[in-house]
Amino acid sequence: MVVKNKKLNLKDKYQYLTRDMAWEPTYQKKKDIFPDEDFEGIKITDWSQWEDPFRLTMDAYWKYQAEKEKKLYAIFDAFAQNNGHQNISDARYVNALKLFLSGVSPLEHAAFQGYAKVGRQFSGAGARVACQMQAIDELRHSQTQQHAMSHYNKHFNGLHDAAHMHDRVWFLSVPKSFFDDARSAGPFEFLTAISFSFEYVLTNLLFVPFMSGAAYNGDMATVTFGFSAQSDEARHMTLGLEVIKFILEQHEDNVPIVQRWIDKWFWRGFRLLSLVGMMMDYMLPNKVMSWAEAWEVYYEQNGGALFKDLERYGIRPPKYQDIANDAKHHVSHQAWSTFYQYSQATNFHTWMPEKEEMDWLSEKYPDTFDKYYRPRFEHWAKEHAEGRRFYNNTLPQLCQVCQIPTIFTEKEDPTALSHRQIVHEGERYHFCSDGCCDIFKHEPEKYVQAWLPVHQIYQGNCEGGDVETVVSKYYHINIGEDNFEYIGSPDHKRWLSIKGKSSDTKADSAKQDAA
Amino acid sequence: MSIEIKTNSVEPIRQTYGHIARRFGDKPASRYQEASYDLEAKTNFHYRPLWDSKHTLNDPMRTAIRMEDWYAITDPRQFYYGAYVGNRAKMQEAAETSFGFCEKRNLLTRLPETTQKQILRLLVPLRHVELGANMNNSKIAGDVNATTVSQMHIYTAMDRLGIGQYLSRIALMLDGSTGAALDESKGYWMDDELWQPMRKLVEDTLVVDDWFELTLVQNVLMDGLLFPLVYEKMDQWLGDQDAEDVSMLTEFMRDWYKESLRWTNAMIKVVAAESDANREQLQAWIDQWEPRAYNALKPLAEASTGIEALDEIRAQLSIRLKKFQLQSQGVSA
Repeated sequence: MVVKNKKLNLKDKYQYLTRDMAWEPTYQKKKDIFPDEDFEGIKITDWSQWEDPFRLTMDAYWKYQAEKEKKLYAIFDAFAQNNGHQNISDARYVNALKLFLSGVSPLEHAAFQGYAKVGRQFSGAGARVACQMQAIDELRHSQTQQHAMSHYNKHFNGLHDAAHMHDRVWFLSVPKSFFDDARSAGPFEFLTAISFSFEYVLTNLLFVPFMSGAAYNGDMATVTFGFSAQSDEARHMTLGLEVIKFILEQHEDNVPIVQRWIDKWFWRGFRLLSLVGMMMDYMLPNKVMSWAEAWEVYYEQNGGALFKDLERYGIRPPKYQDIANDAKHHVSHQAWSTFYQYSQATNFHTWMPEKEEMDWLSEKYPDTFDKYYRPRFEHWAKEHAEGRRFYNNTLPQLCQVCQIPTIFTEKEDPTALSHRQIVHEGERYHFCSDGCCDIFKHEPEKYVQAWLPVHQIYQGNCEGGDVETVVSKYYHINIGEDNFEYIGSPDHKRWLSIKGKSSDTKADSAKQDAA
Repeated sequence: MSIEIKTNSVEPIRQTYGHIARRFGDKPASRYQEASYDLEAKTNFHYRPLWDSKHTLNDPMRTAIRMEDWYAITDPRQFYYGAYVGNRAKMQEAAETSFGFCEKRNLLTRLPETTQKQILRLLVPLRHVELGANMNNSKIAGDVNATTVSQMHIYTAMDRLGIGQYLSRIALMLDGSTGAALDESKGYWMDDELWQPMRKLVEDTLVVDDWFELTLVQNVLMDGLLFPLVYEKMDQWLGDQDAEDVSMLTEFMRDWYKESLRWTNAMIKVVAAESDANREQLQAWIDQWEPRAYNALKPLAEASTGIEALDEIRAQLSIRLKKFQLQSQGVSA
């Protein structure tokens, strides 16, 4: 037989074991086999330039992943057997898990579906294989998260119907519309959105805060999941960077398209992260770091270095980055204020920070907390102490793009609400910012379709006209169990009884528990 | 006498998630159940896909098959991700031992040159068929909604990539890891008349849009003829030529196929039993594709086992489909 003398190096060998299995079709047109590759305007001149971001053959994948799963499930079993939920810092922490399971876990499943799709759409087999591996990883995360939280669901409220809520509950349309936006885009935008902007640029601000929060608050099940998923995430991040470099190197016409996507997905990601910011600053009894600190390290420093590196391709940092950088002093407080007011319609509890927590916030936010937020919070705490816990019964105005209530303020004036509006084909649309308004203007035909929860309630599409019916019947939020104030909630009472305390000295005990 | 460790037992307030309880009652659920039911988005999608504006995201209308509840299809293996990779890790360990054994003792390179050539011409080109199967199953996983169904397809997609890699390694063993044998083998796939009907068939499946049609064609009809022909009949035929060592390297495929019958049969059974309309649709697809799968494999059978072996397998497929009240051409011999 033919003898080539040179043994293949690892890179070439991996290519033989992946992309070399593909071939140039002759019986069907390539365009018919890969119909979705061109419509976004991205020009790929040579798929063979694709650098495999990792070299993992299936046998190795099965082996490593099985070892990881074995260890992970051993911890889950031990956690459940020993009632590990009793060892967390404080039951308020579980509310972060409620936000995670209903807000983030469904995205893992959507990512599975999205990557399976792009794992077929590209004509480059190397890219397809990398996407498919991410697809099955995302399925893993979706499933292991169900298992990690399963024990919590047996002992706390609000975790019992996450996927159902994700499709319906007002604030969950924020993460859902984010992912729907990416999945309904073309394959290159999907990867720019999820692999690059989300996994590469922002993962340390999304995934990591939840896992670090778990570590700081004695949640062994979730933090073990986090560690177990770390090597998967590392692979996903390398894919994210390879994708962007590959597209940019292929053709100069790709640069403005990618720049617009980076602008858009940075802004959408930044808005989505408001929810994580409030989780970090308000929902973790043991704080990891402040949202502002996290933003400085993971976006301003790391992201800054990244965009410097991308400069040679003609890419500049995302538009409105300055607004986002400034907003790090505000967003978590503004988001928590909003959720505090609308706790009647959420699957988790809210509360006012204890005194030491207020002091921590003052220290972390010296220019903003005492000036703009502490007085409001002290007022609400006082109202609550006097039996008038504040709930806002007017449904809020949502941004047409990010779907967060228009609660954010102007960069120049933190007391003025940021609000933009335009008329498109005779209809008026409202936005929280220039960032979101720009996104709309570029693809109005897409964003006019948005399923805005508040509009839908008022239009009578949510099984009832009043909030109570919507919340209980349509959202499946168990009234008096899942929602409202934390102090005095069934979760709070159960926690006190776990800790052997009575529930009538409510505020004081909560304070001690938080220590 | 048994020992009793005292634990601080706590009564749970519920046994499982609401969506699991609605299906199975509020009792302790299996890991398979909590990992597999009702996790996907079902309603209130925000934007229509730019790549398919006729449908919404997660649109159940992406196939002509109609099911009252797609979750009626379940996996008899109860594979969720952890169970899946655990199982495959064991299978790959066995395969690794076999490949190591063959390599160490030069079992393949000691075969006569003509036999080596036959392996490159008749067996290794199937790696390309595997890549087609990988693409098709990834498409299906992206189009299906019910996780019980979508996860079986993404596992299969990855399995097919793995099988393609094992086939590739057979060639790498023959050429001392230079890639020459793979180049030669790919030449057969591209140009040898023997492979052209199969290559055409694979390319034709790559433009099938209906995902259930595609899973039927790929995972039931094509595999239903190809795997028994190649990994049973052709395996025996290679053994008759003193190349039985090759068997060690295809054991994974035999085990895999036997196992895959469990879920494909379960899936077809449920879908065919759902309604006459479904069964008629399946029948129409079988009428269209089964003869093509048979014809695509004919040259391979003629060049190796003889056509009788393929006819025998065709009859077995027909018997298998009959259990679901579906007909295929079983006895053309």
